[in-house]
Amino acid sequence: MSETIRGKAFVLGENIDTDQIIPAEHLVYSLDDPSEKKYYGRFALSGVPVANSGLPDGGVAFTGENSYESQFAIIIGGRNFGCGSSREHAPAALQIAGARAVVAPSYARIFYRNAVDGGFLVPFETEEDLTKAIRTFDELEISREQSELCNLTSGKSHALKPLGDVADIVQAGGIFAYARQKGMMS
Amino acid sequence: MTITEKILAKHARKNRVEPGDNVWVDVDILMTHDVCGPPTFGIFKKEFGEDARVWDREKLVVIPDHYVFTSDKYANRNIDVLRDFARDQNLPHFYDVGTERYKGVCHIALPEEGFTRPGEVLFGTDSHTCTAGAFGEFATGIGNTDAAFILGTGKLWVKVPETMQFVFEDELQPYVMAKDMILKIIGDIGVDGASYRTMEFAGAGVQALDMEGRMTLANMAIEAGGKNGVIEPDQVTFDYVDARTNHPYEPVFNDGGAKYHSVKVYKSKDLEPMLAKPHSPDAESTVWQMRDTKLNRAYIGSCTGGKITDFIAAAEIMKKQSVKIDTYVVPATTEIAHGLRTIKLHGETLQEIFENAGARIGPASCAACLGGPQDTFGRLNGAEICISTTNRNFPGRMGSKQSQVYLASPYTVAASAVKGKITDPRDLM
Repeated sequence: MSETIRGKAFVLGENIDTDQIIPAEHLVYSLDDPSEKKYYGRFALSGVPVANSGLPDGGVAFTGENSYESQFAIIIGGRNFGCGSSREHAPAALQIAGARAVVAPSYARIFYRNAVDGGFLVPFETEEDLTKAIRTFDELEISREQSELCNLTSGKSHALKPLGDVADIVQAGGIFAYARQKGMMS
Repeated sequence: MTITEKILAKHARKNRVEPGDNVWVDVDILMTHDVCGPPTFGIFKKEFGEDARVWDREKLVVIPDHYVFTSDKYANRNIDVLRDFARDQNLPHFYDVGTERYKGVCHIALPEEGFTRPGEVLFGTDSHTCTAGAFGEFATGIGNTDAAFILGTGKLWVKVPETMQFVFEDELQPYVMAKDMILKIIGDIGVDGASYRTMEFAGAGVQALDMEGRMTLANMAIEAGGKNGVIEPDQVTFDYVDARTNHPYEPVFNDGGAKYHSVKVYKSKDLEPMLAKPHSPDAESTVWQMRDTKLNRAYIGSCTGGKITDFIAAAEIMKKQSVKIDTYVVPATTEIAHGLRTIKLHGETLQEIFENAGARIGPASCAACLGGPQDTFGRLNGAEICISTTNRNFPGRMGSKQSQVYLASPYTVAASAVKGKITDPRDLM
């Protein structure tokens, strides 16, 4: 997994639950078959109420009408991002849409674990809530090595917490790659 | 050590663990269903090979329950994927749709079939897997990748959680239920108040609950962000488990002097019927504070509020009454559906009571608790204002983003259905 992630910000509020990330009615599609898998990109974050979608102004769709890919690579969330169900379809949907990282003060533990173990995207934690400091469409660059997020639009930098215990799994690209590196499976 | 620490230590083959330790534990039971089973099996085959065998077919339980009674072709295809895998792997514990073995909601089916046993470690590809903590075991929800890892290895890494203890002194007042206890806790600590931690429920008020009530408490630990909920096992636990299985188990109890993150004590006699207002399980209110709020839908069902004791409570209120709003009744499992047809209250079966009151009864499954395909029984397809015995009321959880959901106990939902507005059940008695 590369050390630098660059792309546009999509800003959301607190307690973004898995029903908002991928509404349950869409969980029927196969994650293996590419002709169905693309629908997760289509419907990623489609459960977010319109007023809260793409802050501060709202009204921004994460994935555009009739599109399967998002223009946003980095999601900025408030605390408790990914709460609710254990559906791994949630981090998978964000990845399928094209997101590569989430930045939030805290995560619901199953979402965090799924994001890391499945190697879908990197969930960065921050001390401060960045949802007011960053605006949707801002151009961001995340350096994993420096544990830093640079807002290229505003020129401000923000510290990220080091990945800690899960850094090795993130680096490997998921729990299976990690287990193979450690000789736990062939 | 706490119960949770002792169970994890034993399954990690260690004498001792501390909160924050990362340990690899042996898995006693892995459960999956029709939504997460197919992707789990897909990852398992990709990582371990097309012809790989599961680590222990006696320890895998496959329970279709989410999207069962729908014309959605993808949902039905997913159940076929479960069938193919169960046949290829010769799985003994597959509860197929359309057969006599079909059960319904996995978290209630697991205990009914004897798979929830004190002292064990249970993982499931569903966040409400924490329900099984009511039996004094470690139980939590995981994703497809972790589940596929278990399928091949029988193990998973776990960070040992700190334990928050919630003590209820003395027994509950009439018409106050386990659902009110857990809504009160979630309202007090918030939807991330127990993140990464164990929620342990204790005290005379918890010991006085039957297994169904204890399951309601443990079930909603996830709604406070908890990793697991747990209740120390006692004779009530053993009687339930021993009636369901001959499988041996070793119960685990708290050590004196176990260290807790925090202990919060509630006086049960002060607890009132509670609500979670739209759109969050921690939007706490008493029923009284929101009385007379207009409703147009009531829903009684799910792993949280669709157990037999939940329907007995609702029937007590709805007997010889008529509902004023569309009211949906969905037993969690086929065993509970059988109970509706056979258990009588003052000469009438529960089913007769609900039908005579004008409620609609659907087949056992998760149904509208999580919305689901458009044709799901009881789904909120517009701007309904619903009061429900289920577990989540996030925007769009039960279907439409325009709908609003109040979470409450079966007594409160039944009373509100009868009045057509939010009603304290004690006002009807």
